[in-house]
Amino acid sequence: MNLVHGIKKIVPMLKKRIIPCLDLKDGTTVKGVNFLNLTSAGDPIELAKRYARQGADELVLLDITATVENRSTLLSLIENISREVYIPITVGGGISSLSHVRALLKAGADKISVNSSAVKRPELVRELSEEFGSQCIVVAVDTKSSEGTHYVHVKGGREATTIQTLDWVKTVEALGAGEILLTSMDADGTKAGFDLHITREVALQVNLPVIASGGAGEIAHFSELFTTTRATGALAASVFHFDQIPLPTLKQSLKQQNLPIR
Amino acid sequence: MIAIVDYGAGNVFSVQCALERLGANSVLTKDPEVLLKAEKVLFPGVGHAKAAMEALKENGLDQVLKELSVPILGICLGMQLMCLRTEEGDTQGLGIFPVEVRNFPSGLPVPHMGWNSLEALSGPLFKGIAKETDFYFVHSFYAEPSPYTTATTEYNELFSAALEKDNYFAVQFHPEKSGAEGEKLLQNFLKL
Repeated sequence: MNLVHGIKKIVPMLKKRIIPCLDLKDGTTVKGVNFLNLTSAGDPIELAKRYARQGADELVLLDITATVENRSTLLSLIENISREVYIPITVGGGISSLSHVRALLKAGADKISVNSSAVKRPELVRELSEEFGSQCIVVAVDTKSSEGTHYVHVKGGREATTIQTLDWVKTVEALGAGEILLTSMDADGTKAGFDLHITREVALQVNLPVIASGGAGEIAHFSELFTTTRATGALAASVFHFDQIPLPTLKQSLKQQNLPIR
Repeated sequence: MIAIVDYGAGNVFSVQCALERLGANSVLTKDPEVLLKAEKVLFPGVGHAKAAMEALKENGLDQVLKELSVPILGICLGMQLMCLRTEEGDTQGLGIFPVEVRNFPSGLPVPHMGWNSLEALSGPLFKGIAKETDFYFVHSFYAEPSPYTTATTEYNELFSAALEKDNYFAVQFHPEKSGAEGEKLLQNFLKL
C-alpha cells in the first residue's frame, strides 16, 4: 500500500470478487429468497439484475433440479439473463457432456461448473478444457472434514467419497480446470464464517483462482477470508437473498478496510 | 452493419447482446465478402490460440483481417491473435501489432480472473472513462507493453490492457462483461 499525501492508496490490482449464488429450481424459480421490496422475488432475471446493479462481481446460477427435461428452460433463462445482465455468469448443476456445455456457452454463460460428473469421470475436465478453454471450466468441490481429513462429497453433498480434497484439487488443476469453487459442508448454513482452514490449504495447493463458499453470516467473515487466505472470491446466497448483508454495504465496508474491492 | 468474426471460438452471444443494447445491427459471419463490406468489425474470442488461428486460416480470415481498413476491435483472445506471436501453443499471430504475447509467471493464480483497474489510458476508446476504472479480465497470457499500448494493467507483471494502431484496436478485458463502463467503451468504438 502506498501513502500519498497521508491518504492510504490501494495499489491498482486484481479485486477480490463478491459472488451471489442463485439456486434455480425447474430452471425458473429461485429457492429461498425473501427480499422485502422486491415485487417478484422468485424471478431469477429480476434478482440477477438487482445484484448486478448493486455491484456483484459475478453471478453463479445453480440448477438444483438439473433434469434433462428442464434443460431447454434453463437455456432460455440463461439467454434472458445474458441479455439484461452484463457481468460474468457461471452456470452449474447436472452438467456432464460437451454438447450441454456448448449449448450453455452459446446461451451466454461465461463459465460452467462441474462437480459430481467430474468425480465420476475426471477426464471430463480435460475434455471440456481442451474444447472450450480452461478459463470457462470451474470445478465445484464440496468438502467435509472427517477425523481431521477433508474428503470430496458428491450428489449435492449427499454422498461421501474416499477422495481427499487436497488431492482432488491438484488432480483437476492438472486436467485443465480454470477455477475452484470450494464449498465447505462443515461451514455451510452455520453463518459462523467461511472455513478458513480448508480454504487456505486448497488455495496453497493450486495455482488457480479459488472461490470460497459456505458459512458467510456477517461482513467480518468476508474480511477474514480475504486477509487470511489466498481466496480470490467469496460466494454466498442467503445473506444476500434475505438482505442480511446488502451487497453495497458489504463492498463499502471491505473497501474501508483497504481490501481490494471494486 | 457491424460484422462479428465467426471462427467458432468462444462465446459471442454476450457481444451480440451488448451491441443490441447499444442499438447497433450486427451479423456473425465467416464470409470474407461480408467482413470487407462491414462498417466495423469485432473480433472476439476465448479458447486456445492455436485452434483459433487454424480456424481463421480455414476460411482465409487471417488475410482478410490484415486487409481491413475500417475500425476493428479485438477482444481477449482476439487481441492476442492480432499480435506477432503467442506463447500459447507457440502460435504465430496475425502480426498486426508487433508485440509478443507471454505466459504469466508461475506462482500467481492463473487465469488472471476478475476485475482489475486500467492505468495510463489514452485514445478514443477510453473517452469519458476514468483512470483506475475496473474491467473484467479472464486470460492466462498477456501482451507485453509496447509503443501501441493505450492502457496498462498490473498482475504482478505490467501488461497491455489495450492496443491501438491505425484502424486496429484491441482490449484484453471483456467490455461486454464489464457493466456500464464496458458498455461505454463499446459505444466509443461504435462512434469511431
